[in-house]
Amino acid sequence: MAQRNMIHALNSAMDIMLGRDPSVVVLGEDVGYFGGVFRCTEGLQRKYGEHRVLDTPISEGGIIAAAIGMAVNGLRPVAEIQFADYIYPGYDQIVSELARLRYRSAGEFFAPVTVRTPSGGGIRGGQTHSQSPEALFAHVAGLKVVMPSNPYDAKGLLIASIEDDDPVIFFEPKRIYNGPFDGEPDKPAVPWSAHPKGEVPDGHYTVPIGKAEIVRSGNDLTIVTYGTMVHVSEATARKLGLDAEIIDVRTMVPLDTDTICSSVARTGRCVIVHEATRFAGFGAELSATIQEECFWNLQAPIVRVAGWDTPYPHAFEWEYFPGQARVAKALKTVMEAA
Amino acid sequence: MPSKSRLHVPKTPARPGEAPNFSYLELSPAGAVQRPEAGARVRDIPALADELVRVLDDKHQAVGPWNPRLDPAELQIALRHMLVTRVFDDRMQRIQRSGKISFYMRSFGEEAVSVAMAMALRPGDMLFPSYRNQGLHVVRGRPIVDLMCQLLSNTRDMCKGRQLPVMYHWREGRIFSISGNLATQFPQAVGWAMAAAIKGQDDVAVSWLGEGSSAEADFHHALLFASVYKAPVILNVVNNQWAISTFQGHAGGERRSFAARGPGYGIAGVRVDGNDFLAVHAVTQWAAERARTGHGPTLIEHVTYRAAAHSTSDDPARYRPKEDYQDWPLGDPIERLKGHLIALGEWSEERHQALTAELEAHVVASWKEAVSHGTLTEPPRLDPHLMFEDVFKEMPPHLQKQAAEMRSELERG
Repeated sequence: MAQRNMIHALNSAMDIMLGRDPSVVVLGEDVGYFGGVFRCTEGLQRKYGEHRVLDTPISEGGIIAAAIGMAVNGLRPVAEIQFADYIYPGYDQIVSELARLRYRSAGEFFAPVTVRTPSGGGIRGGQTHSQSPEALFAHVAGLKVVMPSNPYDAKGLLIASIEDDDPVIFFEPKRIYNGPFDGEPDKPAVPWSAHPKGEVPDGHYTVPIGKAEIVRSGNDLTIVTYGTMVHVSEATARKLGLDAEIIDVRTMVPLDTDTICSSVARTGRCVIVHEATRFAGFGAELSATIQEECFWNLQAPIVRVAGWDTPYPHAFEWEYFPGQARVAKALKTVMEAA
Repeated sequence: MPSKSRLHVPKTPARPGEAPNFSYLELSPAGAVQRPEAGARVRDIPALADELVRVLDDKHQAVGPWNPRLDPAELQIALRHMLVTRVFDDRMQRIQRSGKISFYMRSFGEEAVSVAMAMALRPGDMLFPSYRNQGLHVVRGRPIVDLMCQLLSNTRDMCKGRQLPVMYHWREGRIFSISGNLATQFPQAVGWAMAAAIKGQDDVAVSWLGEGSSAEADFHHALLFASVYKAPVILNVVNNQWAISTFQGHAGGERRSFAARGPGYGIAGVRVDGNDFLAVHAVTQWAAERARTGHGPTLIEHVTYRAAAHSTSDDPARYRPKEDYQDWPLGDPIERLKGHLIALGEWSEERHQALTAELEAHVVASWKEAVSHGTLTEPPRLDPHLMFEDVFKEMPPHLQKQAAEMRSELERG
């Protein structure tokens, strides 16, 4: 066991998989000598060599396509896209190729590619370093979509993703790389060492893909959330003195409907919280599923909290970000409904 | 069995702790490269893409057929434009370190690329810059206080607080909005040029990207469309050797020049000393004449060096030798033009120092004015309602509703 932040946890996951499995390769922009702009791949090229950890040209389409080809030839690539905001030149290769290869070849070809990419805001990154595009990938048949909210899950889910024979889009909420964030930017930063999920085993372990986690049990209502917003939701519920059950979705596809719906069926009230834009966001899928499964148990309409439906603005970051005020309003609305 | 394949990984010539190594660089002597007619056929001028057009020699003289023979007064203006760009960059870098602005990118070492090109073009030509082309704004007369207001996301920010620092635009000055995503502007410039040709205008479009960004598919889209439609466009690869930590070999520069990609597409390719103001100016004039006379696009590779970090988010001491820039074989663009003017008897160290002091005072005064319009954290602040405007021409109902929700959220605190 060691205290690790999310960056070190992810690094450890790749280190272990590079060491255990000679077919694992890591590729991306600045990931080799430099160790990545967020330092997630630090030291890996030195340890495993330039044929296992590859610096690539700045070509996201090329990175994804080459990863597919490598995977078809027996490798297990972990591709880094430097920011999720830069993933779109690779979108055609992901949507039309990576997601459907197994299906269109009747299972004869498949590509076990993991695409890691930092997402989300809260770092003054403006519209090209802050996006949360998970819904664009969850909507595509054939992709698994994962987003951890803490170092323990980050390592376990990344190992599970690399070992998975299906493609996984692995979003890393960069605001919480170094510590949990409760939505209040003016407070001093809190490190992961002060958080129980900052305890990360040294060796190999997995957190299963497709399993949500109840991070706090409660009876008043269910908050369904993921990524950075797990921490914002926890802090808000605590401040309001609510006995909230908080579920970290962790995997958007495949979705752990059982864990989510049995909780909402019991509490009868539900708030969905994510950072991404609201319209046709992943919250819409969650809301529809919960309504279908739990309609007769609901005591109040389901409420979604999300980013506004605008591009991510530089100057108005904290007016845009769905912080505690927006979450609190939703919690009160749901609790006050008859 | 000697034919076993082995993955080739491009070599980086020098890393921290090693001596700078520029032995890979193919240079031509100043004045050595022929200057063909601007209407020459692509197949007749392949050497232009491999040789290096240079005008200023080691003795500060302008030599050879590419000498644009500019008036000394114009060269003094050029020196001023380059120097104000550098002084501005230096000051903004320091201000970022103090926390007043969130991010910055300098053009240190690459000032000639933007300044010489903008001076050689016409005001009607449309510019599609990358994020290291602040010299374009300087030449076209934008007050630097306007640039500073963008950096501050303040009440006079042309982007209304929506963009990261340095992502400027200026419609009146015909400088397009910077995306932040790489290479996207390259094929857009070609489309603008196609429209100019459709409409029968003789304005040209000009775009820039780094050699690292030339790896994006958009680079190839641009070259293909430019070639197919013979678009009046000048496409520039600013080869500053580094894409953050990644050497240009990883962008495909190891075996062939970036300019040489032009002839492959049927486009004239020219490789120029990007730190030689006169050479860049002359090559731009040549390419602009070519475009305006119906001979189509040119791909120019500017061989230069990114003397500073990629941005305020990285430390180059982690990935390249600290002494790299002082050993760079093509020198510094400001020092070289200054040396030329002194050799002509049109400049002196004293005048240079006086000009530097004047420009520093100008930048300081501009900053004082800029912060009076607010900063990211100090009033006056932009109205957050602006976040919802310009998503669409007319604000649709769901955004009106969200804007009202935000207002009440802010009022409740």
